[in-house]
Amino acid sequence: MNLSFALIAFLILASAVLAATRRDLIHSALLLVGNWLGVAFFYLWAGAEFVAFAQALVYVGAISMVVLFAVLLTRRTRTELPLLVATRDRVVSAVLGGLAVFGVLAVAVLRTPLDINPAKPAASVSMLSLGQQLMGPHAAAVLIVGVLLTVSLLGAVVLASSDADGKGEAP
Amino acid sequence: MIAVTPILSVATSVSEWMFERATHSLTLVATGNDRFLERFPLLLRDWITGHLPESLGWLAVSLLAIVVILAAFGLLFAYLTLAERKILGRIQNRPGPNRTGWFGLLQPFADGIKAVTKEDVVPREADAVLHFLAPVLLVAMSLLGLAVIPFGRHLLAANLEAGVLYFFAAGAATELAVFMAGWASHNKYSLLAAMRALAQLISYELPLLLSVVPVVMLAGSLSTTHIVDAQGGWTFGWIPHWHVLTPWGFAGFLMFMIAALAESNRSPFDLPEAESELIAGHLTEYSGFKYALFFMAEYFGMCGLSAMAVTLFLGGWQAPCAFLEFIPSYAWFTVKLLTLLLGFIWIRATLPRLRMDQLTRLAWKFLVPLTLLNLANAAFWSLSAGWSGPLQWVRWAIAVAVVVGPFLFLGRALTAGVAPRTYRYA
Amino acid sequence: MNLLQACLLVSSALFCIGLVTALSRSNTILVLLGIEIMLNAANLNFIAFWRFSPAGTAPATGVIFVLFSIAVAAAEAAVWLALVIALYRHQQNIRLQEATRLKG
Repeated sequence: MNLSFALIAFLILASAVLAATRRDLIHSALLLVGNWLGVAFFYLWAGAEFVAFAQALVYVGAISMVVLFAVLLTRRTRTELPLLVATRDRVVSAVLGGLAVFGVLAVAVLRTPLDINPAKPAASVSMLSLGQQLMGPHAAAVLIVGVLLTVSLLGAVVLASSDADGKGEAP
Repeated sequence: MIAVTPILSVATSVSEWMFERATHSLTLVATGNDRFLERFPLLLRDWITGHLPESLGWLAVSLLAIVVILAAFGLLFAYLTLAERKILGRIQNRPGPNRTGWFGLLQPFADGIKAVTKEDVVPREADAVLHFLAPVLLVAMSLLGLAVIPFGRHLLAANLEAGVLYFFAAGAATELAVFMAGWASHNKYSLLAAMRALAQLISYELPLLLSVVPVVMLAGSLSTTHIVDAQGGWTFGWIPHWHVLTPWGFAGFLMFMIAALAESNRSPFDLPEAESELIAGHLTEYSGFKYALFFMAEYFGMCGLSAMAVTLFLGGWQAPCAFLEFIPSYAWFTVKLLTLLLGFIWIRATLPRLRMDQLTRLAWKFLVPLTLLNLANAAFWSLSAGWSGPLQWVRWAIAVAVVVGPFLFLGRALTAGVAPRTYRYA
Repeated sequence: MNLLQACLLVSSALFCIGLVTALSRSNTILVLLGIEIMLNAANLNFIAFWRFSPAGTAPATGVIFVLFSIAVAAAEAAVWLALVIALYRHQQNIRLQEATRLKG
């Protein structure tokens, strides 16, 4: 079990690091899809099947399309941008800040005494109980998320539509 | 063609043992037949894995499952190409391939040899890694969906509790491969065609998923085995309880079939790959074996979606009448699958290609409202299951009206302003 | 260091990678990708705690939370795409550092 967890962790972290450092935007997006698949594998390893398939369906199947359409609709000639001096300073300070945050989080995790139950195969929740929970106690949240998705889609359409007086041209 | 069915039955039977894992075996209803032919795959599997040590048993079963699925569906793909060309030919009043072997039976192998020995041309500016990965990913994702389909009473590769969701998650990843193919070719027209193919795929994903939701709702589970079991039993011994024989199930089946045609880029929705449209669409810069891989992925997708339709709507491996149960379950599944595939080929021969705007208009303005109404219809059907006597006629009347009425109304709205059809015969 | 702490370290590392990406890249779409990485790290955290939670706690709460988080992430990605298109229409490129018209 530890070997599979190590492989999944390596896949997640390696694809995230590679996606963050690529010059070509499409390569970044496709490596991030690998990251999302790695996270789905982690959910499967942890026994949450439904969430794993939902993650694959939503992230890999839909959000990747959104990101790729955004990349293609907003490129000039090639998708690589030149590196400025100010960018380099910003990168260095961002990396230092990130390392500091990771240090704080790692110390917090390692110092806390956490008691665990590794041998708990019954952690997986059955589909029927998941459905009953979603439609019972959490029904209000489901409806609110539905309204949120509708509102965000309508807002996205309004934001992206071109102006009536032709000032903004359609990409 | 006639020789394919026994070969396929033997192949699927071999696959069957592979599939059933002893620790996850499903104890099914005892109404099934316990004859030798039905249990034959399990006996074969136990015989083969009996040669190996106990600790490797699970690995052997999984590997056998994979090998047999690949072999069976590979052979089905090969002879489906031949069947398509022969049937298209016969509908168009010509014989189809008949030179290679008797009745052209060796034609798929000739096509395979041709595809493998062609020169593999990759454009110099193309992204070599993505160009190579795109067809591979497409075939892999199309094959992944076949793992949750019960091919027979005891034949299932992976008994997942969320099997239906897994199938559609695997299908959603194929869109990514289409984009990769169009992008990696470094060709403006390939990219445009890949965008159009993507628009078609995501437009029809919604009717595909929405037409499955009533089935899940009425069967009460996302597991494919439970959905097949929910369609068991017969009224008067000869009317099966398949979902397709209910009003909402019939409408759902038709809409699933239309969306499956579009999801597998199949005529009349084959705009992405037609030769007269932007050269060959996102497949322009592919030659040789990679081109063959794209078509293999299309046929695997078609087979996978047909198999899912058989599982969800046509009762899976259940026999249509009680007295026909002596025929093994995997034979029934094969018969239903081949019927649906023949229907696909027939539709290809008959209907002309749809334009891009007609395609998307059909998806968003026609299929999505109909699938939502179908969901409400199925909910009404489920809630009124307790009605008795003459109220049953009322229930059927309301359900059929909710199916037929919006169909006619939306159909009329969609074709408004179009000139009446005239026929001119040569 | 038990398995739960290993999971939490992985999710912390992923969060920091996302943070660095979001802060340092000048391309708006890469900033979005960094934010998606951070969301995924938070979801990882949830599922790690759900997996190793003591018996007797509500069995489905962690899973339901992650489901809603995925749905909200999808809505956010759609709005982000629209914002990127609107930004491109204004300044013909998507360098985030140049969008300073409201500054000062």
